[in-house]
Order: sequence, then C-alpha cells, then structure tokens
Amino acid sequence: MGILEVKDVNKHFGGLHALRDVNLSIREGSIHAIIGPNGAGKSTLLNVLVGKLVPDTGSVMFDGQSVLGRKPHEINQMGISRVFQTPEIFGDLTVMENVLIPCFARRDGAFRLHAFETVETEAELIEQAERALVDVNMADKRHHHAASLSRGDKRRLEMAMCLVQKPRLLLLDEPTAGMARANTNRTIDLLRDIHARRDITMVIIEHDMHVVFSLAQRITVLAQGTPLVEDTPENIKGHPKVQEAYLGEAH
Amino acid sequence: MLGLNKRDTRFLLIVIALTMLTPFILQPFPEGSALAQFNAGYPDLMQRIAIFGIFAIGFNILFGLTGYLSFGHAAFLGVGSYAVVWMYKLLDYNVLPGLALAIVTSGLFALAIGYLSLRRSGIYFSILTLAFAQMSFNLAYSVLTPITNGETGLQVYTSDPQILLGENEPNIPHLFGLVMSDSYKLNLGGWVFTFNIGYYFTAVIAILVFYLSLRIFRSPFGLMLRAVKSNQTRLNYTGVNPRPYTLAAFVISGMYAGLAGGLLAAMDPLAGAERMQWTESGAVVIMTILGGAGTLMGPVLGAGFIKYLEKIFSKINENVLDGWFSFLPDPLREVVVWIFSRFTGEGWALTLGLMFMLVVIFLPGGLMEGGERIRNLIRRRKNGSGDDASPGRTPAE
Repeated sequence: MGILEVKDVNKHFGGLHALRDVNLSIREGSIHAIIGPNGAGKSTLLNVLVGKLVPDTGSVMFDGQSVLGRKPHEINQMGISRVFQTPEIFGDLTVMENVLIPCFARRDGAFRLHAFETVETEAELIEQAERALVDVNMADKRHHHAASLSRGDKRRLEMAMCLVQKPRLLLLDEPTAGMARANTNRTIDLLRDIHARRDITMVIIEHDMHVVFSLAQRITVLAQGTPLVEDTPENIKGHPKVQEAYLGEAH
Repeated sequence: MLGLNKRDTRFLLIVIALTMLTPFILQPFPEGSALAQFNAGYPDLMQRIAIFGIFAIGFNILFGLTGYLSFGHAAFLGVGSYAVVWMYKLLDYNVLPGLALAIVTSGLFALAIGYLSLRRSGIYFSILTLAFAQMSFNLAYSVLTPITNGETGLQVYTSDPQILLGENEPNIPHLFGLVMSDSYKLNLGGWVFTFNIGYYFTAVIAILVFYLSLRIFRSPFGLMLRAVKSNQTRLNYTGVNPRPYTLAAFVISGMYAGLAGGLLAAMDPLAGAERMQWTESGAVVIMTILGGAGTLMGPVLGAGFIKYLEKIFSKINENVLDGWFSFLPDPLREVVVWIFSRFTGEGWALTLGLMFMLVVIFLPGGLMEGGERIRNLIRRRKNGSGDDASPGRTPAE
C-alpha cells in the first residue's frame, strides 16, 4: 500500500474523457514523476488529488483516508501541499509574513479567532519561518514585498511556504517551467536536498525530461488520460511505448 | 504597553491626545473673526466626527483588510439606533443598556447577512449586501412599523413604560446622570472652547475601539484577513478556510456599525429608517477610501473630513460669498460668486465628489498616502540625497 492510492478514476469534461481508468500508487518517501504530452490529463489528475475536482468514478485514498469531496484546505490539513505552475503567493505581504501564514495554519488549523494575540510575539513560529527561509536561501529578503520578487524567488518562497508545513506529500506542478537551465539545476538540487533531509513524498508533474530523470525514482507516463506505463527512469527511457507516445516527438 | 510595541504605543498615545484635544484643535479661530465660520469645535459636529470615525474604523476591518466591499453597512447603523431608542422606551434614558443591545443585535444581524453574502465575492458580494440593506431599509420604513414607527421614526413617548425611570432622572440621554447634551464652555481671550459630555463619552469609546482595531491589525487574525485579500487560492491550499475569517471580520465590522448607530441615538434620542439608506452605506465607503483603506488612521481622517465638509462648507451660502468677494466690481463679483456657490452651500457634495475623484486618481492610498508622500519629500530634502534608504516599502499606518 502506497501513501497515495488512486483507483479507477474517471473524469469527463462534457464529451472529453480527461481521465480514463487511472490507477496509481505512490510509495511513501519516494519521488514520483508523472509525465506525458500536452492534454494527457496531468493537471486534471493533480486537481483531483488536491480536492479541486471531484472525479466521476473511482477513489483517491491518502494514508487510508479518502480525499474525495473534501475542500482544498481540509486536504492540506491532512498533509498534502501543492506548488503551483505559476507561483501562488501572498503578493501584498512581506516574504516573512508569507511564510508565517502556513506556520499559523499548521499550529492553529483551518480557523482560529486569534484577534488578541500579536504576530510579533510568536517567537517560536517566527523562528520556524526564519529557518524555512534560510533553507531556500531567502533570509536576506524577509522584509521584501512578495510581489516584488523575481519569478525564481517567488517559486522558492512558495516552496518554503509548503515545506514549513512539514507536509507528508508535496505535489509539484512543473516546478521549473519557464526557468533558465542554471535555475532549473538549482531547483533540482534544492528538491533533492529537501527530499534527502526530510521524509517527504513528492509527486512531480513535469515537461522537462532533464528534471524528471534527475529526480524521479519512479515515473508514470500518462497519455490521453490513461497511464501507459509505470517504471523506474532507466526502464522508461528505453520503453518503446513511451518513445512512441511521448519522447519520440519531444526529443 | 497593552500588548503593543513601542511604535504602536506611541501612535496610540498620539491618537488619544488628538481625540482629547479635539475641542481645541477644531476651534483655531477666535470668536467673531472672519474665519470663525470655519471653526468646527461645536458638540454636534465633534460627536458626528467621532461616531462616523467609529463606523469607518469598523468598516475598514472588513474592507481594508479582507478587500470585501460591503455596500450595506448602513443597515447595521440603523439597527444600532433602533436598539438604543427601544431601551429608552422600555427602561430609561441611560445609554449603556441600549449600546450593549445595539452591539449584540447588529452583530447577530451581521452574522445572518454575512453568512449569506459571503458565499460570493467581488461585485456579487457587494450587490448582495446592498440588496440586504435596502431590504432592511424598506422593512424598517413600512412593514415593520410596529417596531420602527415607520416614516415618523422611533422616539420616546410619555406613555412608554420606561420601568427604570427614577424620580429625578434626566429626561434626555445620559450616562448615570451625566447628561450627553451638557457642555462646559471655556472663554480664553477671544476664543470659546466647548467641552461636551456627549463628545467625550463618544471619544472614549472611539479610543477603545481604535485600540481594538489596532490589536486586530497586528494579530494573526489580521494577518489572515490580509492574506484573504491577497490570495485566497493560496490560503485555501495552505490549509486555512477563508470563510469563517471573512465572516468574523464582517460581524466585527457590523458590530462597530451598530455601536456607531447606537451612539447617534445616544446623542439624539431618535431613530429613523433613512439611517439605513444606501447613501449612508456609500458614505462610509467614501470615508474609508478618501482617508486610506487598510490604514489605521485613514478612515477616521476620512470621516472627519467629510463631516467637516458637510457641516462647514454647506454653511457658505451666496451671502457669505458676496461678503468675501465684495472687493470685486459688481458684474465680475456676480460671476465669481455664482461659480463658487455651485461648490459650497448646497453644492458641497460637488466639492466632495471632485476631491474624491482627485484622491482616487492621484492618491489611491487616500489622504494617508498624501501625508506619507509629503513626509518622504521633507525627509529627502533634509537628507539632501535622492533615494530612500529604507529597504522595501512599509505600509502606511
């Protein structure tokens, strides 16, 4: 049993069969990549995992509990965090405040009327946030407004915001999209480092084969809404079906 | 002090000093001088500035922090007024029970309206709140006449029970015998300063609720509200449910409005349905934006500014203008007076409209941003260097 079990999931959008009998098992502690050509259903699958979409049929179990029908904040509280393709951060707030919010969310849950406490005096959480910023190399920018950051910094900030929650499963939606090669490599190192130091399961949706083969321990190839094969990177590279469906046209 | 850091404590002390010295500050010109008509230090106006300041501080907790623009906050103002007058009718003229009831009822009312309206955001939320407020206005105006006394407005009659009314108790609003409309006049040289009990009662409450809003701004709760405004998607995926946060902000700001409405009735024992009109809701929006939404002082400043314009500018009629421009030759004077009179007297709203446009276009952060810019300009002049040394922009207070 994996930490995340997707069974017989189907999803239709009007006449489009976006997900077709998807079965997926993610082993705890692994880095699992989901690849596939455009329109293969990668993003739809991810949206199902975080509660944004409810599939027509099938089940999604996280650590033995169904995630279906739960709201995104409930799924997050179960221990699933998500990094978006375009970073979703609190642009009007400072970098420090951005990281403090998930700290509060982790300690206080989905809602707490803490109107008579003071943010400044929460030394423990501030230290936590500080450490998370050091982890992604952004401590010197803690007083900057998040909206003024560069795209790469926004991504690292978002990563820090997810990691500070100590999630059990981190979903990454094209974490290197639009990045220069040097930045891509830095992100790869960062993710590898995080995975080595903490016990986080990662699911990566990615277009860039360089990223996928540098990080993933297992790869699922999705095509036309259905998983084609699932295997180790070495075996995927030479797989004829994959070559045909994906790598053949991409490389 | 009081859970505030040094800077905020100093800020609060300044606010307290300004509020307590308002009778002096708003009375800068000696009595009988040509400029005396610009004096604003009389009880009715000072009370109104403080009361609408409270209204705007509360509105700012919702609009300034979460970005949810309610167009129906006047409904809570009205509820507060009715609650206070009802307590006059049933108990006696002591304002405290009424104000407590005003806060509770407006809070419950806000809970109901907020629960429904907050299912939508953006323009749909605004329209929903507007619709609920107009419904409340119409109910108060006609259907609920037994409770609100319809278009006449709710007032106290001698036939009312007033079960707590003592023998020597004042027959007008008071706080344990301190009559709200009582004033002490101080003659100093040519100046006359008025110290009104009603104003000081309102001012003390205003300071308390300002302190409360300061605490909310600095609290984790306030941080979450700002996060709601900034990015709800991220907040959801951070494990936070935005709905109860926005609802709590809505209820708190509704209670502020109810308190303000109650205070209006504490100064003048009347409550009418027109207090629930959408124009009142619009007024608080304008006050908040004019002063600076999301800043602590801005809404109070905006409230003071508008109430001052409303009372003082509206007094400048054609006769006054004639006097000012008497040095001009006749035909020219008539033209000048005609032009100016469009913007003063009954035309004061035109001035307000123009000011509002200028502020929104050139100072999106309101008067507070204007002040900030002037301060930066002076600081730069002093330092003699062109660039600002502080890294990152700190939000205006």
